[in-house]
Amino acid sequence: MEHGSYTDLSKSTFSLMDEDHTFANSVRFTLNQDPRVTFCGYSIPHPSENRVNVRVQTTGDPACEVLKDGCQDLMLMCQHVRSTFEKAVNDFKTSKTGDHMDIV
Amino acid sequence: MSESDDSMSEIDAQEQNHSNGVGGGIPDYIMNLDNIPAKLPTHLELHKTRVICNIDAPQHTDPINYSGAYAALGVDNSVRLDNFCQNFKVEVKRFTDEDIEFDMIGIDPAIANAFRRILIAEVPTMAIERVYIANNTSLIQDEVLAHRLGLIPINADPKLFEYPDNAGGENNEKNTIVFKLHVHCVKGQPRITVKSDALKWLPNGSELIADDTKPNAESKPKTFTSFRDNHDSKKKFAKNPPAPKNLDIILAKLGPGQEIELEAHAVKGIGKTHAKWSPVATAWYRMLPEVVLMEDVVDEMAEELVSKCPAKVFDIEDIGEGRRRARVVNARACTLCRECIREKESEDGADKKEKESEDGADKAIVIKKKEWEDLISLRRVKDHFIFTIESTGAISPDVLFTEAVKILEDKCERVITELS
Repeated sequence: MEHGSYTDLSKSTFSLMDEDHTFANSVRFTLNQDPRVTFCGYSIPHPSENRVNVRVQTTGDPACEVLKDGCQDLMLMCQHVRSTFEKAVNDFKTSKTGDHMDIV
Repeated sequence: MSESDDSMSEIDAQEQNHSNGVGGGIPDYIMNLDNIPAKLPTHLELHKTRVICNIDAPQHTDPINYSGAYAALGVDNSVRLDNFCQNFKVEVKRFTDEDIEFDMIGIDPAIANAFRRILIAEVPTMAIERVYIANNTSLIQDEVLAHRLGLIPINADPKLFEYPDNAGGENNEKNTIVFKLHVHCVKGQPRITVKSDALKWLPNGSELIADDTKPNAESKPKTFTSFRDNHDSKKKFAKNPPAPKNLDIILAKLGPGQEIELEAHAVKGIGKTHAKWSPVATAWYRMLPEVVLMEDVVDEMAEELVSKCPAKVFDIEDIGEGRRRARVVNARACTLCRECIREKESEDGADKKEKESEDGADKAIVIKKKEWEDLISLRRVKDHFIFTIESTGAISPDVLFTEAVKILEDKCERVITELS
């Protein structure tokens, strides 16, 4: 849900259901890196309720687009992390079996 | 620390000049150069990339990642995705069936914490949820026994199963694993310890009759699960039947004449609902410690330093002429106990008095004994995380991490579709 102004699209608050610090902190981090963002933060209105409010203020671009780009960046970062990790594990496994073969 | 003095005077200039100390405005020929990387002064770079751990509290703990943080200095703090992809590295240090220790370099604590939270609470596993107790004459109460059964890690791949339909849907082979436990301690026998290896997998589903109505001769009696006789599912479990991961977990103890007969149904769930579904014993990360000796520590001080550190971070090296110097040899092992920079009050007073009497006799200049805190700088590298994942055994730890990253990607996708 987006809470904002109809006239000024660059500032709005997004209320996300079924989310918590896990996702909100990561997306806040990626948004902060974006040079279009002047302010970005998140809050949890009540800990018993599974809801997060993400506030985004930009230098002119619609906040919705910037948030989408932030989520997209986070997705690409995760994919990169996953591929790098898998490669590192494979390298470790092959190097270990290589050592075993050398010893034997 | 002469470097920082130079940089202090250059802060007034918009950009950091590398060799010529140009004061005041920046010359045109520099302004007209292309792609000058504006760098932060050394001490700000230190504050940005290192947490300095003093004896009382750590300093500069906040990762400054706002893109306009250093705008006044003309330094661009935004990190583009390709920069991240270039600088990001993973190094696996230790990898066994049960745990993995790897380094992630170039990532932010927000994302590392997200992975840790997902590993603990949101990666699904199988665990016993429903226990149908037919007979329990042991000393362990029904609910306590059921609780203990729930906590047993089950060696079954949760990807092969679906979440149970909590609206009272069917319990079929797609979402339930059925175990049976029937132990009887006969009178005259010694006491029996019921261990988790007594749980037997029932590939055909539940055997306890659910309905009270007398079944017809032809139809099968209705049980608590509706398994279809599916040969495919039996094939995929042929090599690796679902069973408890550890076969020596003590569930109950039976005396003579006591009996336990029950059926346990395992379903898929996540750690958020109940900790029994958490796939990791635990998962944690720490930042890479960095120990820097600001000055040379020689001879007796070096010996003292090496003996003070319980993690064996320092070691002695000989620098000739019988003199010894302390060297940082294993900064990674530092647990930040701060023993090396701690000053014991009584020792300090005694040392100072000793020095004064010596100097009075020799008429030498009194040198104030250096505080340990000035000699050693304990730091943490802000973007280098040492991740350790200890799995309960059901899923291999590298698969666990990959699953956790996938779950974060799914969250992003869900939000993107919600926004569009």
